[in-house]
Amino acid sequence: MSHHSRTKPPVTPALRAKAIETLLVEKGILDPGAIDEIVQLFETKIGPRNGAKVVAKAWADPNYKARLLRDGTAAIAELGFSGIQGEDMVVVENTPTVHNVTVCTLCSCYPWPVLGLPPTWYKSAPYRSRVVIEPRKVLEEFGLRIPAEVEIRVWDTNSELRYLVLPMRPEGSEGWAEEELADLVTRDSMIGTGLVLNPATLSWSQSKGTAS
Amino acid sequence: MNSIHDMGGMHGHGPIVRDESEAVFHEAWERSVFATMMLAPGYGLWNADESRYGMERMPPGEYLETPYYVHWLHSIELMLLEKGIITVEELTARIQALSAEEAD
Repeated sequence: MSHHSRTKPPVTPALRAKAIETLLVEKGILDPGAIDEIVQLFETKIGPRNGAKVVAKAWADPNYKARLLRDGTAAIAELGFSGIQGEDMVVVENTPTVHNVTVCTLCSCYPWPVLGLPPTWYKSAPYRSRVVIEPRKVLEEFGLRIPAEVEIRVWDTNSELRYLVLPMRPEGSEGWAEEELADLVTRDSMIGTGLVLNPATLSWSQSKGTAS
Repeated sequence: MNSIHDMGGMHGHGPIVRDESEAVFHEAWERSVFATMMLAPGYGLWNADESRYGMERMPPGEYLETPYYVHWLHSIELMLLEKGIITVEELTARIQALSAEEAD
């Protein structure tokens, strides 16, 4: 292809993408309206707020949690989250003795319906190569110190099957409503590279927010 | 396939660089590439496995040096050309025309 030629000035990805898009639109293959629609969906609708609702419900409702761990895909679909890159979901539960973390060593597989599109670091060579051989060290770089007695399980996702980590419900969140619990759940806590928020900190920041 | 994409356990890739405030798409062309890749299976152009195979056939050096959505772009170009949906001549001419427009 011409853009690989060493004698011509480099062709930017923007130019290459525009060439493809305009050609496909002209041929009647690609619908410009559909392009905007799908981009908007992933920029505004599908993201980790979905996963946070799943986690919060599992914390609040033991029956739901049992269903979620037994058949992740079906339990997640109960909340209306399903579809591409979430066709076969497995939920792995963090406990006082086990910490789970997910990766896609081959590419970028990620549970889109519950987490949206992955951050760049998740798709990067350093994360993909290292988390499977030195997970404890990698998690430390994320600011997550897992005690030596806690087992770390690394789940390598693939194109058929995607994992979601169910983080532990934090102390201090007793009696919280599901919507409040969801505010504690971070994206990284569902990948396994982060913790949920501290309820005390969240209450403090919210009260500050309403007072100002 | 044993290739550069099979990264689990590889050494030498350095520290993990994170940007906590990053947007879903960084630049406009990423949106275009994402949408094209996502919509194509609906138009019967290719399936997800083919598109992944397209990325895995990227030259290893290029795979390591380019940002993520360039992997997608590479795969899209490869599939469109291989399937004869777009010809090399068409693509080259269009890139030249767009390039000339930009230079004006």
